[in-house]
Amino acid sequence: MSITKQAGSAGGRTGDKVFSGAALGAGVLIMVVLFAVAVFLLVQALPAFTAAPADVTGGRGFTSYIVPIVVGTLIAAAIALVIATPIGVAVALFISHYAPRRLAQGLGYVVDLLAAIPSVVYGAWGASFLASQLKEPYQWLADNLGWIPIFAGPASSTAKTMLTAGIVLAVMVLPIIASLCREIFLQAPALHQEAALALGATRWEMVRMAVLPFARGGIISAVMLGLGRALGETMAVALVLSSGPLMASLIRSGNQTVAAEIALNFPEAFGLRLHELIAAGLVLFIITLVVNMVARWIINRHKEFSGAN
Amino acid sequence: MSKRIDVSDLNVFYGDFLAVEGVNITLDAKSVTAFIGPSGCGKSTFLRTLNRMHEVVPGGRVEGSVLLDGDNLYADGVDPVLVRSQIGMVFQRANPFPTMSIRDNVLAGVKLNNRRISRSDADALVEASLRGANLWKEVKDRLDKPGSGLSGGQQQRLCIARTIAVKPDVILMDEPCSALDPISTLAIEDLINELKDQYTVVIVTHNMQQAARVSDKTAFFNIAGTGKPGKLIEFSETTTIFNNPVEKATEDYVSGRFG
Repeated sequence: MSITKQAGSAGGRTGDKVFSGAALGAGVLIMVVLFAVAVFLLVQALPAFTAAPADVTGGRGFTSYIVPIVVGTLIAAAIALVIATPIGVAVALFISHYAPRRLAQGLGYVVDLLAAIPSVVYGAWGASFLASQLKEPYQWLADNLGWIPIFAGPASSTAKTMLTAGIVLAVMVLPIIASLCREIFLQAPALHQEAALALGATRWEMVRMAVLPFARGGIISAVMLGLGRALGETMAVALVLSSGPLMASLIRSGNQTVAAEIALNFPEAFGLRLHELIAAGLVLFIITLVVNMVARWIINRHKEFSGAN
Repeated sequence: MSKRIDVSDLNVFYGDFLAVEGVNITLDAKSVTAFIGPSGCGKSTFLRTLNRMHEVVPGGRVEGSVLLDGDNLYADGVDPVLVRSQIGMVFQRANPFPTMSIRDNVLAGVKLNNRRISRSDADALVEASLRGANLWKEVKDRLDKPGSGLSGGQQQRLCIARTIAVKPDVILMDEPCSALDPISTLAIEDLINELKDQYTVVIVTHNMQQAARVSDKTAFFNIAGTGKPGKLIEFSETTTIFNNPVEKATEDYVSGRFG
Protein backbone atom coordinates (compact mmCIF):
# COMPACT_ATOMS: atom_id res chain seq x y z
CA MET A 1 0.00 0.00 0.00
CA SER A 2 2.62 2.47 1.11
CA ILE A 3 4.94 1.40 -1.72
CA THR A 4 2.35 1.95 -4.42
CA LYS A 5 1.50 5.26 -2.86
CA GLN A 6 5.14 6.37 -2.98
CA ALA A 7 5.47 5.24 -6.56
CA GLY A 8 2.34 7.21 -7.39
CA SER A 9 3.68 10.37 -5.79
CA ALA A 10 7.08 9.96 -7.48
CA GLY A 11 5.31 9.72 -10.83
CA GLY A 12 3.41 12.83 -9.89
CA ARG A 13 6.67 14.58 -9.17
CA THR A 14 8.04 13.83 -12.63
CA GLY A 15 4.80 15.11 -14.12
CA ASP A 16 5.15 18.24 -12.00
CA LYS A 17 8.69 18.84 -13.27
CA VAL A 18 7.75 18.29 -16.89
CA PHE A 19 4.78 20.57 -16.60
CA SER A 20 6.56 23.37 -14.76
CA GLY A 21 9.38 23.13 -17.31
CA ALA A 22 6.94 23.36 -20.19
CA ALA A 23 5.13 26.28 -18.58
CA LEU A 24 8.42 28.08 -17.92
CA GLY A 25 9.53 27.43 -21.50
CA ALA A 26 6.30 28.83 -22.90
CA GLY A 27 6.62 31.92 -20.70
CA VAL A 28 10.25 32.47 -21.72
CA LEU A 29 9.40 31.95 -25.38
CA ILE A 30 6.87 34.76 -25.27
CA MET A 31 9.41 37.09 -23.69
CA VAL A 32 12.02 36.14 -26.31
CA VAL A 33 9.65 36.71 -29.22
CA LEU A 34 8.50 40.05 -27.82
CA PHE A 35 12.09 41.09 -27.17
CA ALA A 36 13.20 40.04 -30.65
CA VAL A 37 10.40 42.02 -32.29
CA ALA A 38 11.21 45.07 -30.17
CA VAL A 39 14.91 44.87 -31.00
CA PHE A 40 14.21 44.42 -34.73
CA LEU A 41 11.89 47.42 -34.75
CA LEU A 42 14.36 49.58 -32.82
CA VAL A 43 17.37 48.74 -34.99
CA GLN A 44 15.50 49.08 -38.26
CA ALA A 45 13.76 52.27 -37.16
CA LEU A 46 16.92 54.03 -36.01
CA PRO A 47 17.91 55.46 -39.44
CA ALA A 48 14.53 57.19 -39.71
CA PHE A 49 15.09 58.96 -36.39
CA THR A 50 18.61 60.09 -37.25
CA ALA A 51 17.99 61.03 -40.88
CA ALA A 52 18.20 64.65 -41.96
CA PRO A 53 14.71 66.25 -41.70
CA ALA A 54 14.68 67.14 -45.39
CA ASP A 55 15.20 63.49 -46.41
CA VAL A 56 12.17 62.20 -44.51
CA THR A 57 8.81 62.00 -46.33
CA GLY A 58 7.14 65.37 -46.03
CA GLY A 59 10.51 67.05 -45.72
CA ARG A 60 10.18 68.20 -42.08
CA GLY A 61 11.59 65.34 -40.04
CA PHE A 62 10.19 62.12 -38.66
CA THR A 63 8.09 63.71 -35.91
CA SER A 64 6.04 65.86 -38.27
CA TYR A 65 5.64 62.80 -40.48
CA ILE A 66 4.45 60.45 -37.75
CA VAL A 67 2.31 62.67 -35.52
CA PRO A 68 -0.55 63.21 -38.01
CA ILE A 69 -0.93 59.52 -38.79
CA VAL A 70 -0.68 58.58 -35.10
CA VAL A 71 -3.44 61.04 -34.33
CA GLY A 72 -5.41 59.62 -37.26
CA THR A 73 -4.97 56.11 -35.85
CA LEU A 74 -6.18 57.21 -32.44
CA ILE A 75 -9.20 58.99 -33.95
CA ALA A 76 -10.18 55.91 -35.96
CA ALA A 77 -9.83 53.67 -32.92
CA ALA A 78 -11.72 56.14 -30.71
CA ILE A 79 -14.65 56.31 -33.16
CA ALA A 80 -14.71 52.51 -33.29
CA LEU A 81 -14.75 52.15 -29.50
CA VAL A 82 -17.27 54.91 -28.88
CA ILE A 83 -19.67 53.10 -31.18
CA ALA A 84 -18.79 49.49 -30.40
CA THR A 85 -18.44 49.54 -26.60
CA PRO A 86 -22.02 50.43 -25.62
CA ILE A 87 -23.48 48.23 -28.36
CA GLY A 88 -21.15 45.35 -27.55
CA VAL A 89 -21.89 45.49 -23.83
CA ALA A 90 -25.60 45.77 -24.53
CA VAL A 91 -25.56 42.82 -26.94
CA ALA A 92 -23.62 40.76 -24.39
CA LEU A 93 -26.08 41.67 -21.62
CA PHE A 94 -29.01 40.81 -23.82
CA ILE A 95 -27.55 37.42 -24.65
CA SER A 96 -26.52 36.63 -21.07
CA HIS A 97 -29.41 38.04 -19.04
CA TYR A 98 -32.40 39.01 -21.13
CA ALA A 99 -32.87 36.81 -24.17
CA PRO A 100 -34.75 33.51 -23.90
CA ARG A 101 -32.26 30.65 -23.84
CA ARG A 102 -32.80 29.48 -27.44
CA LEU A 103 -32.50 32.93 -28.93
CA ALA A 104 -29.43 33.62 -26.80
CA GLN A 105 -27.65 30.59 -28.21
CA GLY A 106 -28.39 31.50 -31.81
CA LEU A 107 -27.38 35.07 -31.24
CA GLY A 108 -24.15 33.95 -29.62
CA TYR A 109 -23.25 31.97 -32.75
CA VAL A 110 -24.04 34.92 -34.99
CA VAL A 111 -21.80 37.19 -32.93
CA ASP A 112 -18.96 34.67 -33.09
CA LEU A 113 -19.50 34.35 -36.83
CA LEU A 114 -19.16 38.09 -37.18
CA ALA A 115 -15.69 37.81 -35.67
CA ALA A 116 -14.72 35.22 -38.27
CA ILE A 117 -15.30 37.46 -41.29
CA PRO A 118 -11.93 38.42 -42.85
CA SER A 119 -11.06 42.08 -42.53
CA VAL A 120 -10.66 42.49 -46.29
CA VAL A 121 -14.33 41.58 -46.67
CA TYR A 122 -15.25 44.25 -44.14
CA GLY A 123 -13.07 46.67 -46.08
CA ALA A 124 -14.74 45.86 -49.38
CA TRP A 125 -18.17 46.11 -47.81
CA GLY A 126 -17.29 49.44 -46.21
CA ALA A 127 -15.86 50.91 -49.40
CA SER A 128 -18.47 49.73 -51.87
CA PHE A 129 -21.68 49.57 -49.83
CA LEU A 130 -21.49 51.47 -46.56
CA ALA A 131 -19.75 54.50 -48.04
CA SER A 132 -22.39 54.96 -50.73
CA GLN A 133 -25.12 54.76 -48.08
CA LEU A 134 -23.42 57.40 -45.96
CA LYS A 135 -23.09 60.11 -48.62
CA GLU A 136 -26.41 61.73 -47.83
CA PRO A 137 -26.14 61.55 -44.04
CA TYR A 138 -22.73 63.20 -44.31
CA GLN A 139 -24.15 65.93 -46.51
CA TRP A 140 -26.86 66.48 -43.89
CA LEU A 141 -24.27 66.60 -41.11
CA ALA A 142 -22.22 69.14 -43.02
CA ASP A 143 -25.29 71.30 -43.68
CA ASN A 144 -26.79 71.18 -40.19
CA LEU A 145 -23.97 70.46 -37.77
CA GLY A 146 -21.15 71.93 -39.82
CA TRP A 147 -20.29 74.38 -37.02
CA ILE A 148 -18.95 71.44 -34.98
CA PRO A 149 -15.36 71.00 -36.22
CA ILE A 150 -15.65 67.22 -36.62
CA PHE A 151 -18.61 67.65 -38.99
CA ALA A 152 -17.19 70.59 -40.93
CA GLY A 153 -17.96 70.50 -44.66
CA PRO A 154 -17.71 70.15 -47.52
CA ALA A 155 -18.69 66.51 -47.09
CA SER A 156 -16.73 64.02 -49.17
CA SER A 157 -18.53 63.06 -52.36
CA THR A 158 -17.36 59.46 -52.04
CA ALA A 159 -17.92 59.28 -48.25
CA LYS A 160 -14.64 57.35 -47.98
CA THR A 161 -13.80 59.27 -44.83
CA MET A 162 -12.50 58.78 -41.32
CA LEU A 163 -15.99 58.38 -39.91
CA THR A 164 -16.79 55.62 -42.41
CA ALA A 165 -13.53 53.87 -41.55
CA GLY A 166 -14.35 54.24 -37.84
CA ILE A 167 -17.80 52.73 -38.35
CA VAL A 168 -16.33 49.78 -40.25
CA LEU A 169 -13.80 49.30 -37.45
CA ALA A 170 -16.64 49.47 -34.92
CA VAL A 171 -18.44 46.62 -36.69
CA MET A 172 -15.18 44.66 -36.63
CA VAL A 173 -14.43 45.10 -32.93
CA LEU A 174 -18.07 44.67 -31.89
CA PRO A 175 -17.99 40.85 -31.88
CA ILE A 176 -14.76 40.84 -29.85
CA ILE A 177 -16.26 43.06 -27.18
CA ALA A 178 -19.64 41.33 -27.24
CA SER A 179 -18.39 37.78 -27.01
CA LEU A 180 -15.82 38.49 -24.28
CA CYS A 181 -18.34 40.48 -22.26
CA ARG A 182 -20.91 37.73 -22.65
CA GLU A 183 -18.52 35.18 -21.16
CA ILE A 184 -17.81 37.49 -18.25
CA PHE A 185 -21.46 38.33 -17.62
CA LEU A 186 -22.31 34.64 -17.58
CA GLN A 187 -19.70 34.13 -14.87
CA ALA A 188 -21.16 36.77 -12.57
CA PRO A 189 -21.89 34.88 -9.34
CA ALA A 190 -25.51 33.72 -9.05
CA LEU A 191 -25.19 34.26 -5.30
CA HIS A 192 -25.00 38.02 -5.64
CA GLN A 193 -27.58 38.19 -8.38
CA GLU A 194 -30.03 36.36 -6.14
CA ALA A 195 -29.14 38.66 -3.27
CA ALA A 196 -30.04 41.66 -5.39
CA LEU A 197 -33.30 40.12 -6.58
CA ALA A 198 -34.25 39.13 -3.04
CA LEU A 199 -33.90 42.76 -1.99
CA GLY A 200 -36.51 43.71 -4.55
CA ALA A 201 -34.25 44.68 -7.43
CA THR A 202 -35.62 44.75 -10.96
CA ARG A 203 -33.63 42.89 -13.55
CA TRP A 204 -31.79 46.01 -14.65
CA GLU A 205 -31.00 46.94 -11.04
CA MET A 206 -29.76 43.41 -10.46
CA VAL A 207 -27.48 43.79 -13.47
CA ARG A 208 -26.19 47.09 -12.15
CA MET A 209 -25.62 45.82 -8.61
CA ALA A 210 -24.33 42.33 -9.15
CA VAL A 211 -23.23 41.88 -12.76
CA LEU A 212 -21.62 45.08 -14.04
CA PRO A 213 -19.44 45.76 -10.97
CA PHE A 214 -18.23 42.17 -11.09
CA ALA A 215 -17.55 42.44 -14.81
CA ARG A 216 -15.79 45.83 -14.70
CA GLY A 217 -12.29 44.50 -15.17
CA GLY A 218 -13.47 42.11 -17.84
CA ILE A 219 -15.27 44.82 -19.77
CA ILE A 220 -12.14 46.96 -19.71
CA SER A 221 -10.05 44.03 -20.95
CA ALA A 222 -12.57 43.34 -23.71
CA VAL A 223 -12.53 46.98 -24.79
CA MET A 224 -8.73 46.99 -24.75
CA LEU A 225 -8.61 43.90 -26.94
CA GLY A 226 -11.04 45.62 -29.27
CA LEU A 227 -8.84 48.71 -29.18
CA GLY A 228 -5.85 46.56 -30.05
CA ARG A 229 -7.64 45.32 -33.14
CA ALA A 230 -8.87 48.79 -34.08
CA LEU A 231 -5.38 50.29 -33.75
CA GLY A 232 -3.73 47.58 -35.78
CA GLU A 233 -6.42 47.05 -38.41
CA THR A 234 -4.91 47.57 -41.80
CA MET A 235 -6.88 46.17 -44.67
CA ALA A 236 -10.29 47.60 -43.85
CA VAL A 237 -8.92 51.09 -43.32
CA ALA A 238 -6.72 50.92 -46.40
CA LEU A 239 -9.72 50.02 -48.54
CA VAL A 240 -12.26 52.38 -46.98
CA LEU A 241 -10.31 55.53 -46.29
CA SER A 242 -9.20 57.82 -49.06
CA SER A 243 -6.31 59.20 -47.10
CA GLY A 244 -4.86 62.64 -46.92
CA PRO A 245 -3.43 65.13 -44.44
CA LEU A 246 -4.62 65.27 -40.84
CA MET A 247 -7.80 67.27 -40.36
CA ALA A 248 -10.45 67.64 -37.69
CA SER A 249 -13.41 66.97 -39.95
CA LEU A 250 -14.41 63.32 -40.00
CA ILE A 251 -16.63 63.62 -43.06
CA ARG A 252 -14.09 65.03 -45.50
CA SER A 253 -11.59 62.78 -47.20
CA GLY A 254 -8.29 63.01 -45.36
CA ASN A 255 -6.47 61.56 -42.38
CA GLN A 256 -4.50 58.35 -42.33
CA THR A 257 -3.75 55.58 -39.85
CA VAL A 258 -0.35 54.09 -39.14
CA ALA A 259 -1.26 50.56 -40.15
CA ALA A 260 -2.84 51.62 -43.44
CA GLU A 261 0.09 53.94 -44.17
CA ILE A 262 2.52 51.06 -43.74
CA ALA A 263 0.45 48.63 -45.80
CA LEU A 264 -0.11 51.02 -48.69
CA ASN A 265 3.51 52.14 -48.98
CA PHE A 266 5.52 49.10 -47.94
CA PRO A 267 5.56 47.23 -51.29
CA GLU A 268 7.36 50.07 -53.09
CA ALA A 269 9.44 51.28 -50.19
CA PHE A 270 13.22 51.01 -50.12
CA GLY A 271 16.08 52.73 -48.36
CA LEU A 272 15.09 55.40 -45.86
CA ARG A 273 11.38 55.07 -46.70
CA LEU A 274 11.52 51.46 -45.47
CA HIS A 275 13.09 52.56 -42.22
CA GLU A 276 10.44 55.24 -41.83
CA LEU A 277 7.65 52.73 -42.16
CA ILE A 278 9.27 50.36 -39.68
CA ALA A 279 9.67 53.29 -37.31
CA ALA A 280 5.95 53.96 -37.74
CA GLY A 281 5.39 50.32 -36.81
CA LEU A 282 7.50 50.82 -33.69
CA VAL A 283 5.37 53.79 -32.70
CA LEU A 284 2.21 51.70 -33.15
CA PHE A 285 3.78 48.96 -31.04
CA ILE A 286 4.50 51.45 -28.25
CA ILE A 287 0.97 52.88 -28.39
CA THR A 288 -0.53 49.41 -28.02
CA LEU A 289 1.83 48.66 -25.14
CA VAL A 290 0.89 51.86 -23.32
CA VAL A 291 -2.82 51.23 -23.88
CA ASN A 292 -2.51 47.78 -22.35
CA MET A 293 -0.55 49.05 -19.36
CA VAL A 294 -3.11 51.77 -18.70
CA ALA A 295 -5.89 49.19 -18.88
CA ARG A 296 -4.08 46.98 -16.39
CA TRP A 297 -3.59 49.93 -14.08
CA ILE A 298 -7.30 50.78 -14.22
CA ILE A 299 -8.22 47.20 -13.39
CA ASN A 300 -5.78 47.03 -10.47
CA ARG A 301 -6.89 50.29 -8.96
CA HIS A 302 -10.18 48.72 -7.91
CA LYS A 303 -8.78 45.46 -6.63
CA GLU A 304 -9.97 45.91 -3.04
CA PHE A 305 -13.59 46.04 -4.12
CA SER A 306 -13.28 43.53 -6.95
CA GLY A 307 -14.63 40.58 -5.00
CA ALA A 308 -11.36 38.70 -5.39
CA ASN A 309 -10.67 38.91 -1.67
CA MET B 1 -45.15 45.57 9.92
CA SER B 2 -45.17 41.86 10.47
CA LYS B 3 -47.62 39.86 8.40
CA ARG B 4 -48.82 36.29 8.34
CA ILE B 5 -48.64 33.94 5.40
CA ASP B 6 -51.33 31.44 4.41
CA VAL B 7 -50.39 28.84 1.85
CA SER B 8 -53.06 26.65 0.32
CA ASP B 9 -52.69 23.68 -2.03
CA LEU B 10 -49.36 24.83 -3.34
CA ASN B 11 -47.63 22.75 -6.02
CA VAL B 12 -44.17 23.85 -7.12
CA PHE B 13 -42.86 22.91 -10.57
CA TYR B 14 -39.59 23.18 -12.40
CA GLY B 15 -40.76 22.82 -15.98
CA ASP B 16 -42.84 19.66 -15.90
CA PHE B 17 -41.16 18.31 -12.80
CA LEU B 18 -43.31 18.52 -9.69
CA ALA B 19 -40.85 19.42 -6.92
CA VAL B 20 -43.18 20.07 -4.00
CA GLU B 21 -46.77 18.91 -3.79
CA GLY B 22 -49.89 20.05 -1.97
CA VAL B 23 -48.57 22.28 0.80
CA ASN B 24 -51.09 23.83 3.19
CA ILE B 25 -49.54 25.85 5.97
CA THR B 26 -50.05 29.02 7.98
CA LEU B 27 -47.04 30.98 9.16
CA ASP B 28 -47.97 33.25 12.07
CA ALA B 29 -46.89 36.86 12.31
CA LYS B 30 -44.21 37.67 14.86
CA SER B 31 -43.12 34.11 15.26
CA VAL B 32 -40.32 31.88 14.05
CA THR B 33 -41.25 28.91 11.91
CA ALA B 34 -38.61 26.31 11.12
CA PHE B 35 -38.61 23.96 8.12
CA ILE B 36 -36.75 20.71 8.69
CA GLY B 37 -36.33 17.59 6.61
CA PRO B 38 -33.77 15.53 4.70
CA SER B 39 -31.82 17.01 1.79
CA GLY B 40 -33.78 17.32 -1.43
CA CYS B 41 -37.16 17.22 0.30
CA GLY B 42 -38.15 20.58 -1.15
CA LYS B 43 -38.01 22.76 1.94
CA SER B 44 -35.67 25.32 0.36
CA THR B 45 -37.67 25.21 -2.86
CA PHE B 46 -40.83 25.84 -0.90
CA LEU B 47 -39.20 28.67 1.04
CA ARG B 48 -38.21 30.33 -2.22
CA THR B 49 -41.81 30.26 -3.45
CA LEU B 50 -42.77 32.46 -0.50
CA ASN B 51 -41.07 35.47 -2.09
CA ARG B 52 -41.21 34.25 -5.69
CA MET B 53 -37.46 33.70 -5.82
CA HIS B 54 -37.90 30.23 -7.34
CA GLU B 55 -39.04 31.95 -10.55
CA VAL B 56 -35.45 33.07 -11.05
CA VAL B 57 -34.67 29.51 -12.15
CA PRO B 58 -35.91 28.98 -15.72
CA GLY B 59 -39.13 26.97 -15.74
CA GLY B 60 -39.92 27.62 -12.08
CA ARG B 61 -43.68 28.05 -11.47
CA VAL B 62 -46.40 27.24 -8.95
CA GLU B 63 -50.05 26.28 -8.69
CA GLY B 64 -52.08 27.29 -5.68
CA SER B 65 -51.96 30.42 -3.60
CA VAL B 66 -49.74 32.18 -1.11
CA LEU B 67 -51.56 34.89 0.85
CA LEU B 68 -49.67 37.62 2.64
CA ASP B 69 -52.24 38.98 5.10
CA GLY B 70 -54.89 38.00 2.57
CA ASP B 71 -53.20 39.30 -0.58
CA ASN B 72 -52.31 36.57 -3.06
CA LEU B 73 -48.67 36.87 -4.07
CA TYR B 74 -49.42 34.92 -7.24
CA ALA B 75 -52.48 36.90 -8.33
CA ASP B 76 -52.38 38.31 -11.86
CA GLY B 77 -50.54 41.57 -12.12
CA VAL B 78 -48.56 41.17 -8.91
CA ASP B 79 -44.99 42.29 -9.51
CA PRO B 80 -42.46 39.81 -8.08
CA VAL B 81 -40.12 42.76 -7.49
CA LEU B 82 -42.66 44.22 -5.07
CA VAL B 83 -43.17 40.86 -3.37
CA ARG B 84 -39.46 40.53 -2.75
CA SER B 85 -39.17 43.96 -1.24
CA GLN B 86 -41.84 42.95 1.29
CA ILE B 87 -40.47 39.48 1.97
CA GLY B 88 -36.72 39.56 2.46
CA MET B 89 -34.36 36.63 2.18
CA VAL B 90 -31.09 35.55 3.77
CA PHE B 91 -29.13 32.89 1.93
CA GLN B 92 -27.10 29.86 2.88
CA ARG B 93 -23.81 31.48 1.97
CA ALA B 94 -23.31 35.05 3.10
CA ASN B 95 -23.42 37.17 -0.03
CA PRO B 96 -22.66 40.82 0.67
CA PHE B 97 -21.97 42.67 -2.58
CA PRO B 98 -18.18 42.53 -2.91
CA THR B 99 -17.96 45.76 -4.85
CA MET B 100 -19.73 47.76 -2.16
CA SER B 101 -18.67 49.08 1.22
CA ILE B 102 -20.39 47.87 4.39
CA ARG B 103 -22.48 51.01 4.43
CA ASP B 104 -23.53 50.66 0.79
CA ASN B 105 -24.35 47.01 1.36
CA VAL B 106 -26.83 47.96 4.08
CA LEU B 107 -28.35 50.62 1.84
CA ALA B 108 -28.35 48.47 -1.31
CA GLY B 109 -32.01 47.51 -1.07
CA VAL B 110 -33.12 50.92 0.14
CA LYS B 111 -31.73 52.75 -2.86
CA LEU B 112 -33.50 50.49 -5.35
CA ASN B 113 -36.36 51.59 -7.59
CA ASN B 114 -34.96 55.12 -7.77
CA ARG B 115 -35.78 55.89 -4.16
CA ARG B 116 -33.81 58.79 -2.79
CA ILE B 117 -32.70 59.06 0.79
CA SER B 118 -31.03 61.98 2.53
CA ARG B 119 -27.59 61.49 3.97
CA SER B 120 -28.72 61.86 7.57
CA ASP B 121 -31.62 59.45 7.08
CA ALA B 122 -29.22 57.03 5.45
CA ASP B 123 -26.78 57.28 8.36
CA ALA B 124 -29.57 56.67 10.83
CA LEU B 125 -30.88 53.71 8.84
CA VAL B 126 -27.43 52.16 8.52
CA GLU B 127 -26.90 52.40 12.26
CA ALA B 128 -30.37 51.12 13.11
CA SER B 129 -30.09 48.19 10.70
CA LEU B 130 -26.60 47.23 11.84
CA ARG B 131 -27.70 47.47 15.48
CA GLY B 132 -30.72 45.37 14.58
CA ALA B 133 -28.34 42.76 13.22
CA ASN B 134 -26.03 42.99 16.27
CA LEU B 135 -23.18 44.13 14.06
CA TRP B 136 -22.93 47.86 14.76
CA LYS B 137 -20.25 47.69 17.45
CA GLU B 138 -18.00 45.53 15.32
CA VAL B 139 -18.11 47.60 12.14
CA LYS B 140 -18.97 51.18 13.11
CA ASP B 141 -15.39 52.32 12.56
CA ARG B 142 -15.03 50.76 9.12
CA LEU B 143 -18.29 51.38 7.34
CA ASP B 144 -16.43 52.38 4.19
CA LYS B 145 -14.42 49.15 3.98
CA PRO B 146 -15.62 46.37 1.67
CA GLY B 147 -18.16 44.00 3.17
CA SER B 148 -16.21 41.03 1.88
CA GLY B 149 -13.45 41.77 4.39
CA LEU B 150 -15.62 40.67 7.33
CA SER B 151 -15.65 37.18 8.84
CA GLY B 152 -18.27 34.69 7.64
CA GLY B 153 -20.53 35.25 10.63
CA GLN B 154 -20.22 39.02 10.34
CA GLN B 155 -20.98 38.82 6.62
CA GLN B 156 -24.12 36.85 7.34
CA ARG B 157 -25.23 39.44 9.90
CA LEU B 158 -24.45 42.14 7.35
CA CYS B 159 -26.81 40.35 4.96
CA ILE B 160 -29.46 40.34 7.68
CA ALA B 161 -28.88 44.06 8.26
CA ARG B 162 -29.27 44.61 4.51
CA THR B 163 -32.51 42.65 4.58
CA ILE B 164 -34.06 44.47 7.54
CA ALA B 165 -33.01 47.86 6.16
CA VAL B 166 -35.78 47.60 3.55
CA LYS B 167 -38.27 47.00 6.38
CA PRO B 168 -39.83 43.80 5.09
CA ASP B 169 -42.87 42.10 6.60
CA VAL B 170 -41.33 38.67 6.52
CA ILE B 171 -37.74 37.43 6.63
CA LEU B 172 -36.92 34.09 4.99
CA MET B 173 -33.69 32.38 5.96
CA ASP B 174 -32.31 29.51 3.91
CA GLU B 175 -29.93 27.58 6.19
CA PRO B 176 -28.33 30.82 7.36
CA CYS B 177 -25.89 29.12 9.73
CA SER B 178 -24.81 26.09 7.74
CA ALA B 179 -21.49 27.69 6.74
CA LEU B 180 -20.77 29.24 10.15
CA ASP B 181 -18.85 28.19 13.24
CA PRO B 182 -20.73 27.57 16.54
CA ILE B 183 -20.02 31.03 17.99
CA SER B 184 -21.26 32.84 14.88
CA THR B 185 -24.23 30.46 14.77
CA LEU B 186 -25.10 31.43 18.32
CA ALA B 187 -24.94 35.12 17.39
CA ILE B 188 -27.34 34.55 14.49
CA GLU B 189 -29.69 32.48 16.65
CA ASP B 190 -29.80 35.23 19.30
CA LEU B 191 -30.55 37.65 16.52
CA ILE B 192 -33.41 35.49 15.21
CA ASN B 193 -34.92 35.57 18.70
CA GLU B 194 -34.85 39.36 18.66
CA LEU B 195 -36.11 39.62 15.08
CA LYS B 196 -39.35 37.81 15.87
CA ASP B 197 -40.50 40.75 18.00
CA GLN B 198 -40.90 42.69 14.77
CA TYR B 199 -40.92 40.24 11.90
CA THR B 200 -42.35 36.98 10.73
CA VAL B 201 -39.31 34.74 10.46
CA VAL B 202 -39.12 31.52 8.45
CA ILE B 203 -35.95 29.48 8.68
CA VAL B 204 -34.83 26.37 6.81
CA THR B 205 -32.33 24.37 8.80
CA HIS B 206 -30.56 21.05 8.70
CA ASN B 207 -29.73 21.34 12.34
CA MET B 208 -32.56 19.97 14.45
CA GLN B 209 -31.18 21.41 17.68
CA GLN B 210 -31.25 24.78 15.99
CA ALA B 211 -34.88 24.33 14.99
CA ALA B 212 -35.68 23.35 18.56
CA ARG B 213 -33.80 26.35 19.96
CA VAL B 214 -35.10 29.13 17.76
CA SER B 215 -38.55 28.23 16.44
CA ASP B 216 -42.07 28.44 17.80
CA LYS B 217 -43.47 26.09 15.21
CA THR B 218 -41.78 23.49 13.07
CA ALA B 219 -42.73 21.99 9.72
CA PHE B 220 -41.32 18.62 8.72
CA PHE B 221 -40.92 17.97 4.99
CA ASN B 222 -40.10 14.61 3.47
CA ILE B 223 -39.73 12.94 0.13
CA ALA B 224 -40.90 9.45 -0.76
CA GLY B 225 -38.00 8.76 -3.12
CA THR B 226 -35.85 10.23 -5.88
CA GLY B 227 -37.96 11.88 -8.57
CA LYS B 228 -40.99 12.03 -6.30
CA PRO B 229 -42.29 15.39 -5.07
CA GLY B 230 -41.53 16.64 -1.58
CA LYS B 231 -44.43 16.95 0.81
CA LEU B 232 -45.24 18.66 4.07
CA ILE B 233 -45.59 15.75 6.49
CA GLU B 234 -46.34 17.46 9.76
CA PHE B 235 -46.65 21.00 11.05
CA SER B 236 -47.08 21.77 14.69
CA GLU B 237 -45.67 23.48 17.77
CA THR B 238 -41.93 22.87 17.91
CA THR B 239 -42.20 21.08 21.26
CA THR B 240 -44.82 18.73 19.82
CA ILE B 241 -42.72 17.93 16.74
CA PHE B 242 -39.69 17.08 18.82
CA ASN B 243 -41.39 15.38 21.79
CA ASN B 244 -44.52 13.63 20.60
CA PRO B 245 -45.00 13.92 16.84
CA VAL B 246 -48.09 12.38 15.30
CA GLU B 247 -46.41 10.94 12.19
CA LYS B 248 -44.05 8.01 12.32
CA ALA B 249 -41.75 9.61 9.71
CA THR B 250 -41.38 12.74 11.80
CA GLU B 251 -40.48 10.74 14.86
CA ASP B 252 -37.92 8.71 12.91
CA TYR B 253 -36.35 11.88 11.56
CA VAL B 254 -36.17 13.93 14.77
CA SER B 255 -34.89 10.97 16.74
CA GLY B 256 -32.10 10.52 14.21
CA ARG B 257 -33.21 7.19 12.79
CA PHE B 258 -32.78 8.46 9.23
CA GLY B 259 -31.85 11.58 7.33
